[in-house]
Amino acid sequence: MALFEAIGLHKRFGDHVVLQDINLAFEEGRLSGIMGPNGAGKTTCFHVLTGQHAPDRGRVLFAGENITGLPPRRIAQKGISRSFQVMNLFNEYSALDNVLVALPSVRRQGFNVVRDLGANRAAQDEAAAVLARVGLAGKEHAPARGLSYGDRRALEIAVALAAAPRLLFLDEPTAGLGAEATERLADLISELKRQLTIVIIEHDMRFLFRLADHVSVIHWGQVIVSGTPAELRENPWVQRSNLGALAA
Amino acid sequence: MPSAPARAGFVPLPMVIVLLALVTTPWWLAKVGLYQYLALEVMIWMLFALGYNLMLGTSGLPSFGHGAFFGVGAYAFGLLQQRVLANLWFDLAGAVLVTALLAAIVAACVSHKRGIYFALLTIAFGQVFWFVSIKWHSVTGGEDGLLNIRRPIAQLGPWAFDLRSNEALFYFCFAVFALALVGLWRLVHSPFGRVLSAIRQNEVRAAFVGYNVWLYKWLVFTLASAIAGLAGALFAMAQQSAYPNVMSLHSSGFVVMMVLIGGGLVSFWGPVIGAVFFILARDVLGATTETWLLWYGLLFVVMVLCKPEGIAGLWQAARRQLSARKAAPGLPHEGVAHGPV
Repeated sequence: MALFEAIGLHKRFGDHVVLQDINLAFEEGRLSGIMGPNGAGKTTCFHVLTGQHAPDRGRVLFAGENITGLPPRRIAQKGISRSFQVMNLFNEYSALDNVLVALPSVRRQGFNVVRDLGANRAAQDEAAAVLARVGLAGKEHAPARGLSYGDRRALEIAVALAAAPRLLFLDEPTAGLGAEATERLADLISELKRQLTIVIIEHDMRFLFRLADHVSVIHWGQVIVSGTPAELRENPWVQRSNLGALAA
Repeated sequence: MPSAPARAGFVPLPMVIVLLALVTTPWWLAKVGLYQYLALEVMIWMLFALGYNLMLGTSGLPSFGHGAFFGVGAYAFGLLQQRVLANLWFDLAGAVLVTALLAAIVAACVSHKRGIYFALLTIAFGQVFWFVSIKWHSVTGGEDGLLNIRRPIAQLGPWAFDLRSNEALFYFCFAVFALALVGLWRLVHSPFGRVLSAIRQNEVRAAFVGYNVWLYKWLVFTLASAIAGLAGALFAMAQQSAYPNVMSLHSSGFVVMMVLIGGGLVSFWGPVIGAVFFILARDVLGATTETWLLWYGLLFVVMVLCKPEGIAGLWQAARRQLSARKAAPGLPHEGVAHGPV
């Protein structure tokens, strides 16, 4: 059984139908990709999967449990993390503090008003280890707003990783990155890929085809085709569309 | 507030300075031409402003009706004393509890809002409390206020302290203030305080890493109001009465101005500085001109335009420059400095 499943998702905003009978399944331990042109409904799909919007119809299952319509914090607590396309950090905090506040061990004592978090070595070491995983070792005390764009993207992923999720959603991780930073990010993600289940929404097809085990193409609010990158390259629809040309 | 310093410690240097400066006022305040009651009043406003800054500075919640809870504390203290039981501890605890309960109800109505909507709702609720205090004559005494609030004896085990003199009440309030100050300092550096600050910086992300943002906002609103209630109760004792004007919109504005001028947005100590500044401006400037509030207001405008980080921000900038000059004479500095101030 797939770790995460979406069954028959519908979503409309007013008269505009954005998602129409979307079915997706993400296998445990795999890296799945969702691709599609701008305006295809990728981001809305992402929002529905991670709890930012409730679907009008359909179900979302995580590890066999129905999580449809749960608020984001409950979904996060169940072990699903996400990063954001538009960088969404605690800007005044240092890189370390960004991760620190996202650690489950810190979250569990969130109502503690006495303990000195600055003296909590264990949590700080844990946060530093997460930063090291995304290649930010040595930048622990730099304020988040002062980091370079590529480093901020890595920190964005570190904050999502801090929760030690079973499933990690990445929303267009290459957006705004240059070639070199994209390369670094691809290395990072292929490293993470061995450690946890990942779902990436992306329009950089080269990037996605290189990393993904399985890709679903969304267009006009529907899943048009899905399969391995090799299968998609052979697919006539993908070949005819602009997407295939990019991935060649 | 910015990223909190690495370690809180129990009693940092600025706290020692503040507490020493306050506790020694009976020896020097009169010599510089001021009077003891002023220190009492400053301390109460400091407590009020520090609590308020949990909302504005730490959590980024702009409440413009916070004076209402100061007033509720004052009235609750007086009414409990006059109608239920004249015991200092009972009346103080009761005032805090009543304020917290009313604040919890208001907080439940506003915690899902942010920004301008949050601000407007707090103004509206503040006005409701103010209106009730003026119109409910049989209970609050209407515009005349609640008079003849006494300063009950402070019974602590076998010891009893008579608080009727301003000096005795000052020491009592000092003890309460010192405890609250240590508690608030810890709170700001605790996991709870850090989560509040994270929510201020990015509410959406805080929800996506698993925090119940609504609950945190509700809690901090209730807590900050309870502190305002405590300050209000002490104020009722100091003034020996409670008046509706402390609940008015402009009184709520005073505490916002104190926090901003002092630098509550960048420092824990901002509200302390701001309270001293406000009371001194009122008394020193007020002694020379009736229009002191005009000058104070103009100063506020200049401050917000030129240095929105307030007096604490000025101090931090000066320190940063100094340490940069020390570290590398002649070289331009990297503007990174961390410190508890």
